[in-house]
Amino acid sequence: MIESLEGKRGVPRNRPPFPVTQGYLNKPTVVNNVETFALAARIAVYGGDGFAALGTKQSKGTKLLSISGDCLRPGIYEFPFGVSVREVLEACNAQDTQAVQISGAAGTCLSAKEFDRKIAFEDVATGGSVMIFNRQRDLLEVVRNFAHFFVHESCGFCTPCRVGTSLLKNLVEKVYTNHGTADDLKDMSYISQVLKTASHCGLGQTASNHIADTLKKFPEIYHKRLLVEANFEPAFDLDSALEDARQITGRKDEMAYL
Amino acid sequence: MQLEEQTITIDGQKIPFQSGQTIMDAALAAKIYIPHLCYHPEFKPHGSCRLCTVMVNGRYESACTMPSVAGQEILNNTKELNENRRALTQMLFVEGNHICPGCPKTGNCQLQAVAYYVGMLSSHYQHFYPYRDLDPSHPDYVVDFNRCILCELCVRASRDVDKKNIFAISGRGIKAHLIINSPSGKLEDTDFAVGDKAAFVCPVGAILRKRTRYTTPIGERLYDKQSIRIVGDSQQLHAGATKYGRK
Repeated sequence: MIESLEGKRGVPRNRPPFPVTQGYLNKPTVVNNVETFALAARIAVYGGDGFAALGTKQSKGTKLLSISGDCLRPGIYEFPFGVSVREVLEACNAQDTQAVQISGAAGTCLSAKEFDRKIAFEDVATGGSVMIFNRQRDLLEVVRNFAHFFVHESCGFCTPCRVGTSLLKNLVEKVYTNHGTADDLKDMSYISQVLKTASHCGLGQTASNHIADTLKKFPEIYHKRLLVEANFEPAFDLDSALEDARQITGRKDEMAYL
Repeated sequence: MQLEEQTITIDGQKIPFQSGQTIMDAALAAKIYIPHLCYHPEFKPHGSCRLCTVMVNGRYESACTMPSVAGQEILNNTKELNENRRALTQMLFVEGNHICPGCPKTGNCQLQAVAYYVGMLSSHYQHFYPYRDLDPSHPDYVVDFNRCILCELCVRASRDVDKKNIFAISGRGIKAHLIINSPSGKLEDTDFAVGDKAAFVCPVGAILRKRTRYTTPIGERLYDKQSIRIVGDSQQLHAGATKYGRK
C-alpha cells in the first residue's frame, strides 16, 4: 500500500525497516485498519478498563466478525474475544455445518471437531472473516475457488508465491477433474510448505493454508477423486495436445489418435 | 578496553560482521556460500528469488535483506533449506522456457549452477511453457524473455547505475514479465549500449551479447569446472565487476 501511495508498483517492501520507523516517503507511518482506529478511539474516550474487562487474558476487548455462508442470519457481529466457534454458529443460526473458514481464504479451515476452539489471538486468530460451509457443500469446490483466488492475488514479486500458487491451482484442477494421484497430493503438501516458509510477505506465507488444512482435516475430498491409487498420472494430456493438429490437418483416421 | 568483535553464527561457525551488513554480506565476506540469484553486492537487495532463505533464530528470513545482528544463530546449509531451494529452482525452471542444452549461457548460468548445487535432477513440476518473445533487434545484444527469472538486476542496473531505465517489470502475479521501455518495446529503440552495467548483470541467458556467445567452448566455462559454491556469481566473468564482499 505504501509503495502504491508513492506511485510505485504495488509489491511488498523488504522489512525491516518496518513502517513505524520508515514508511510512507521513508517517514514513520502507522498502518492499521478501521477497526483498530475505532477501538483506539473508544479506549481514548472511555478509558481502558471497560475494554480490558472483556475478552481473554491475552486477547482483550471485542472483535467484529463478518459472517457469511450457510447460515440463516449472515452479517456483522461483535463478540468478546474468547467466544467459541460453536457460539458464533449458534448466534447466526448455522445448521449442519461441515467446516468454517476463519480469517478469510488465507486463514484457518476448522472441521466440526474443532468448533469448541476460541476466537482469540492465542487460539484461532482472525481478521474478522467467518465463512460457513454446510454438509451439502463440496469442499473441493471451495479449495478450488481459493486456489484460483491466490493465483489472482499474488503480486508476482517472489518465486514461491508467483509460481507456487499457479502450481497449486493446476494440481487442484487436476484432482478436481479426476486426474490426480497420491503423488500429486504429496506435491501439493510440499509446495504448500515451501510457500509458507519461503514467501516474501504474509500473503504468500498463508496462500497455501487452505490446501494444507483441508489435506489434513478433509483428506476424503481429495481421495475420493483420485483417478486410481497409482503414484503417477502425467499432467500432460497427449490426446488433447494432438487435437489442434488433427483439426488443422483434418485427420480423423486411427493413426491420428494415440 | 578492547572492542569486542561483533559476530553471528552460521551453521555453527562464528563469523564477524560490520554494522550495516546483511547476513548475506557477512557470509560472503567469510566465504560462506548462501545460494542466491537476485542478490548482487553492488545493488540494493531485492529479496525476490527467495533462494537465500535461511533460518534466523528460528524464523525464516532472506539472508540478502536481513541485517546482521550480534548473536544471531543462523541455519543455512541444512537438508530442509536446501530442499526448499531445490523446489524454488524447479519453480523457476517450469515457469519459463529454460532449455539448457540449447542455451548459449550454459556453463556460465547461475540458475543452472544453482540447480546443480541443490541437486536438481529434473524440473519435477508441470511446465507452464509460456509463450514469450525473443528480441534480436539490437545490433549488439539479444534479449530472450523465455529465460528471464524476474530478478530485476537489469532493471536495477539500468535505473540506478546507467540512469537509462531501459528495463521494467510489467504485469502481476504469474503474468509478471520483463519489458523494454521504448515505444516499440524493442531494445533497438532504446539507448542501450555495450558498456551499460545492465548488459553485465543478467544471471541467466536472458540478455546476451551477440557474436561472443561461443567464444568459450562449452565444457570449459565457469560452472563446467567448479561449483558455484566455490566460484560464486557469474558477474565476476565481466571486466569491471567487483568481487563479492569487497567493494
